[in-house]
Amino acid sequence: MVKQQFLQTGRLMRLILRRDRLRLPIWLIGFLFVTIGTAALFKGLYASHEERQQMATTFDNPAVTALIGPGYGLDHYTEGAMMAHQMLAMTLLIIAVMSVLLVVRHTRSEEEEGRVELIRALPSGRLSNLTSTLLVMALTYLVLALTTGIGLYSLGIESMDLNGSMLYGAALGITGIFFAATTALFAQLAQTSKGAVGLSFLLVGLGYLIRAIGDVSNETISWFSPFGWVLGSEVYVNDYWWPIGMTLIVSLIVAAVALYLNSIRDLDAGFLPTRGGRRHATAWSRSHLGLTLRLQKTSIISWAVVIFIFGATYGSVLGDTETYFAEIEIMKEVMANQDGISMTLQFVTMVAAIMAVLSTIPVIMAINKMKKEEKRNRTEQILATAMSRYKFLGNYILVAIITSIITLGAGALGLSAAGAAVVEGDITFMELFNAIMIFLPATWVMVGLAAVFMGLGRMNGLPWLYLGFVFIVIYLGDLLQMSDAVRNLSVFEHVNSIPLEDFELIQSLVLSVIAAGLMLVGLALYRRRDVTG
Amino acid sequence: MSVLKAEGLTKKFGKVQALKGVNLEVNEGEVFGFIGPNGAGKSTTIRILLGILQATSGKATIFGRDVWKEAVEIHKRIAYVPGDVNLWSNLTGGEVIDFFTEMRGAKLDLDRKEELIERFQLDPTKKCATYSKGNRQKVALVSAFAADADLYILDEPTSGLDPLMERVFQECVLEAKREGKSVLLSSHILSEVEKLCDTVGIIRQGEIIESGSLNDLRHLTRTTIVLETKNELSFDHLSGIHDVHKEGSTYQFQVDTEKLDEVMQYVSQAGVTKIESAPPTLEDLFMRHYEGEAGGEK
Repeated sequence: MVKQQFLQTGRLMRLILRRDRLRLPIWLIGFLFVTIGTAALFKGLYASHEERQQMATTFDNPAVTALIGPGYGLDHYTEGAMMAHQMLAMTLLIIAVMSVLLVVRHTRSEEEEGRVELIRALPSGRLSNLTSTLLVMALTYLVLALTTGIGLYSLGIESMDLNGSMLYGAALGITGIFFAATTALFAQLAQTSKGAVGLSFLLVGLGYLIRAIGDVSNETISWFSPFGWVLGSEVYVNDYWWPIGMTLIVSLIVAAVALYLNSIRDLDAGFLPTRGGRRHATAWSRSHLGLTLRLQKTSIISWAVVIFIFGATYGSVLGDTETYFAEIEIMKEVMANQDGISMTLQFVTMVAAIMAVLSTIPVIMAINKMKKEEKRNRTEQILATAMSRYKFLGNYILVAIITSIITLGAGALGLSAAGAAVVEGDITFMELFNAIMIFLPATWVMVGLAAVFMGLGRMNGLPWLYLGFVFIVIYLGDLLQMSDAVRNLSVFEHVNSIPLEDFELIQSLVLSVIAAGLMLVGLALYRRRDVTG
Repeated sequence: MSVLKAEGLTKKFGKVQALKGVNLEVNEGEVFGFIGPNGAGKSTTIRILLGILQATSGKATIFGRDVWKEAVEIHKRIAYVPGDVNLWSNLTGGEVIDFFTEMRGAKLDLDRKEELIERFQLDPTKKCATYSKGNRQKVALVSAFAADADLYILDEPTSGLDPLMERVFQECVLEAKREGKSVLLSSHILSEVEKLCDTVGIIRQGEIIESGSLNDLRHLTRTTIVLETKNELSFDHLSGIHDVHKEGSTYQFQVDTEKLDEVMQYVSQAGVTKIESAPPTLEDLFMRHYEGEAGGEK
């Protein structure tokens, strides 16, 4: 009887692998490339112990800890310790995102599209779909863990021994498995794929924030976050394997609960309540602009809340950072020309840039939503009314711009409200607020870029790749000592770092003009192309 | 011998009672038409029969096996086509057909697959993302009829098909019937049901309100008659006559089937010069039940 529940799991796994024959390798290669590539670069860039030790001093402060995770072995900062400190937490965060997207794709979305029904009508077990998804994820992460481990070890860096390298790989893998399991659970609770993605991302975001708060204030708090568990393995320093084992056990329990819930619920049903909607459209959502906004309302608000919380969290760390620098006299000697305040400011500009990248995600989503509408043949219904092409794409551009103001504003508000409250006098509310808001024209350039691809009707994923590049330049630019030529390719590098640098109107104007130009090109292209379905 | 039997199926979704006791029986070699308005519970019933939803109460068996507990065994011998087929966008139609066949544990009969692809005029090399609704439906139909199933469960299978393909579909159903296979066909296209089905069940608000062979059900309806007579007719003294229209010497009216004899005897005395009679259609039957429902609800 039990066996029947899982019948044909193997064949469904093959179906998933076939469907994701490009998607999975791209994710895997991306992680391997960045991880092993960074480690390889460390080897050349920070050859001497002194250079690394200086990096350790620069990065050993509460603000950075909140951002990138706790540093272990800072007093003996080997390449390995540096790798685990600088790269691990952020990589785990992105792996978590990968798990959420992939698991929802193969569970709740599949159910929503009616394909689970097709499969259940065939001789297959009731739990086979969820089980096959989880097994494919486990398999993927096993491959990631092994290849990362072997890859790092094969670089032949002394401090990156086999045990530590395999642990590094295992840390990546287990995080993926953990969030695959939790997403599987949320896919049972929520009734829609959007709901499942939202709840799962909420867990990822909260997990990262709890870790940030815990790492800065009280380590016990970090143990309430799955990121805290995995980082607690102190890769390349103490190499504890037990946190990996513990996370695996918790993951198995969560997966078992998800399977149980799947077995007792009806197809297409969830456990969380849903409510009825309006009988009539509000006056607002009777226009296309209003409708487009209305359709994205929940998404925009959720992102704004998350970004606000992120801003507030990092803002509240500023006080600790300032005190920290004030107490450590040695910092002044190491960084001869900088004092505590300017170190804090430097951190502010880094956080501001990262928050700007984060805020750009919903902005690109807002305009790229148009592609989905087109694929689902909803665009043609609207274009069949008295609606011009210019106005149609224009409305999406407008919604993206509105989104950028809301999300950047939320982040700026969070950072500056919390920051100004804890830092006395040295940094003003407006300085912190502007540090993020100054990125507004740069995000509009991203909107313009997305608009061009929307006008082309192809390669709509490229703005995402570009945003990834922008993020890498911000996050790893200094660390990997990227050349100016490479950095200048990122539009965010052409934004002055407030409050370290001054606000220049001309810079914002130029970026705005470029953005407008790109948007016009997008509109012109869209006017000329076929609308496909 | 009955292939499918459901007794007193009920289903509650939270507070909503979707099914209030559905009884169905499909016999071997029979094509059973399952009809009812939107939201009456057709798909819910079918999903219970497929073991996808668990009935709140009642019992349903296919091939004598419990539809919930022994779903897997049952599914090896059935084929299902839903009314709204969604497929994996980056697989081709041909790949999907093979996948379904393999899932069913059957050996792929390439000749049969090619024959059906030919008949339904499907291009199996295209990615599913590029298929129109009708073409996605064809993929599901080809997979279903390529399977050597003993029972076909078809939930509005022809939605989106053109009339030519609809005819191909009807041929496939009749072929299956000739081979002694059974079909449960849920449909809105009454002409299709009339052409294909031996037995019909009508569901309304979660209950089967009428079921039986089409011939039996026709007795419950009225025959439409158009008459031209030499002498004036008066129907006042007759019962069972409805909707009388008179134009010159032509009369059009409907007669309850059980009063037909009485009425014919009366009119034959009036010197009939022309007579047309239209048998009751399923549509009449359908409308009679549904109009009643609409009236009852408002």
